[in-house]
Amino acid sequence: MISFSQVRKSYRGGHEALAELSFSIEMGELVFITGRSGAGKSTLLKLIPAIERPTSGTVLVNGQNIGSMRRPAIPYLRRNLGLIFQDQKLLYDRSVFDNVMLPLAFTGHAHKDAARRARAALDKVGLLAREKANPITLSGGEQQRLCIARAVVNRPGILLADEPTANLDSASAAEVMEMFRSFNQVGVTVLIATHDDALVQRLNPRVLTLKQGRLES
Amino acid sequence: MSAWLRQHWQTFGLTLSRLAGNPIATLLNVMVIGVALTLPLGGYMLLQNLGGVTRQVTGNPQVSLFLALDAGKTDIAALEARLKQLPGVRAVRFISREQALEGLKRSGDMADVIAALHSNPLPDAFVLETGGGTAELEKLETELKALPKIAHVQFDSAWVKRLESLLALGRTAVSILAALLAVGLVAITFNTIRLQILTQKDEIEVSSLIGATDAFIRRPFFYLGLIQGGLGAMAALAIVYLCMLILNRSILGLAQLYGSDFRMAFFDLPDCFALLTFAAGLGWLGAYVSVSKHLSNLEPK
Repeated sequence: MISFSQVRKSYRGGHEALAELSFSIEMGELVFITGRSGAGKSTLLKLIPAIERPTSGTVLVNGQNIGSMRRPAIPYLRRNLGLIFQDQKLLYDRSVFDNVMLPLAFTGHAHKDAARRARAALDKVGLLAREKANPITLSGGEQQRLCIARAVVNRPGILLADEPTANLDSASAAEVMEMFRSFNQVGVTVLIATHDDALVQRLNPRVLTLKQGRLES
Repeated sequence: MSAWLRQHWQTFGLTLSRLAGNPIATLLNVMVIGVALTLPLGGYMLLQNLGGVTRQVTGNPQVSLFLALDAGKTDIAALEARLKQLPGVRAVRFISREQALEGLKRSGDMADVIAALHSNPLPDAFVLETGGGTAELEKLETELKALPKIAHVQFDSAWVKRLESLLALGRTAVSILAALLAVGLVAITFNTIRLQILTQKDEIEVSSLIGATDAFIRRPFFYLGLIQGGLGAMAALAIVYLCMLILNRSILGLAQLYGSDFRMAFFDLPDCFALLTFAAGLGWLGAYVSVSKHLSNLEPK
C-alpha cells in the first residue's frame, strides 16, 4: 500500500534528511516510526501526501508514484489520506464543527450529508458536545482529538500522524492512541511518528526506527 | 454537475458573507473603485450629452451663398442649375435681394433703418441644404468658392465643426483617463486580494494539505475580485447619477433662459450593464494576477 525504495531526501544546503530508505507497509497495518528529533520522521511522513518530493528513489502509495505525480492529481491523493499534524493546524476563526466541515467543502457533499458526517466524526472522538465551541477554548487533548476528527471525516484509507501525543499528558495520550487503534481495527492503515517509547511498547506494533535518515534494524 | 454548481453557489455566498462581515473595509474598497470609475464615467456622460446637442444642430448644415452685386438674371439661372448638380447639396433656395429686404422690413427693429435707405444694399443669395459629413462639406466649400459671381460663402456650421473637434479631443482624454483608471482598478483589486490571501493564509494552507484543489482555493478570491469590481461600478453609477441630478437643476434654469428644455440624460440600461461587466471583469483580472502571484507556493517542495 505504501512502499519506499531507495528514497533519499536532501534539502538545499546539503542537509540529508533521509538516505537510502526502503520499506513497505501493507493495507491495514499499524506502524510506528520512532527515532530522535531530526532523525527524519516528519520528512518521511511528508513524502507520502506529496507535501515534499523525494530527491531520488520512489515513493508508491496505492500503486501511484508520488515523486512524479503531477500537481493537479495531488489533491485527490490527499483526500484518501488522513493527516494529523504536529502543530495541528486548526482554524481558530471558526467553530469546532466548521473545522471538521472543511474537508467536506471541496469534496462536493451536500450540506446536510456533510453535517451528518462531521457530527459522526466529532462523536467518534468525543467532541460532539463541544461542536459550537471555538477550538482555542479546547484543552490540548481535545484539540488533538479535533484534529483526528478532521482527518477521518472523509473516511480515508490511510492515517498519518506526526507526533500526535507530543504535548499531551499521559492519560490524554493514551486516549488518543486508543483512538488510532480503533481506527486500525476497522481496517484503516495507520502510520504514527513518535518519540514516546512508552506508548509504543504498550501497543506492541510494528516499529520502524530511524537514525540519521536510515532505518535501524 | 450539480455538485460543481453547488460549490460555486456556496463560494459565492461565502464571499458575500465575508464582504458583509467586514463592512467598513468593504465599503472603503468599493468607494475607492467607485470614485476612480466616476471620473471617466462622468466625463463620458457629459460628452454623450454634448454630442447629442451637436447632432441636433448639425442635422442639416446650411450654407449661405451671397452673389456679387453685378450678377444678372442669366448668371443666377446658370448658377442655380450648376448648384443643383453639386454632390452633397440637397436643396437650393434662391432669395432675391428684394425678398431679403422685405424680410428685414418685417423683422421690426430694422424697419426704420431700412426705410432711410435710398437703394437696396443687399445681394442676391442662395441657401443650400447640405448633407454628409465634415469632409464632404469641406470639399463642397472649395467647389463653391471656385464658382463665378460669388461674393461670399458662409457656413453656418463652422462653430459646430469646432465644437465637434473639441468633443473628439474630450473623447480622447476620457479614453486615456478610463484606460489609466482601469489599470488602477486592477491594481486596487490586486492589493485587496493580496491582503485577503494573507488574512486567510492558515485556511489556504490547511485546505491545500487536506486535499482542496488549487481551483477550489482560488475560486473565492476570483469571486471577491469580481464582486468588488461590480459593486465599485454600481457605486460609480450612483455617484454619477447623483451628480447629474444636481447639475440638471442648474442646467434646467439655464436652458429655460434659451427657451430649451435640454437636460442631461443618464446612461441607458445596456450601457450600465456594459460598465458593470467591464468593472467586474477588471476585478476578476486583478484577482487573477494577485492569486497567480501569491498562491504559487502551494507547490510541493
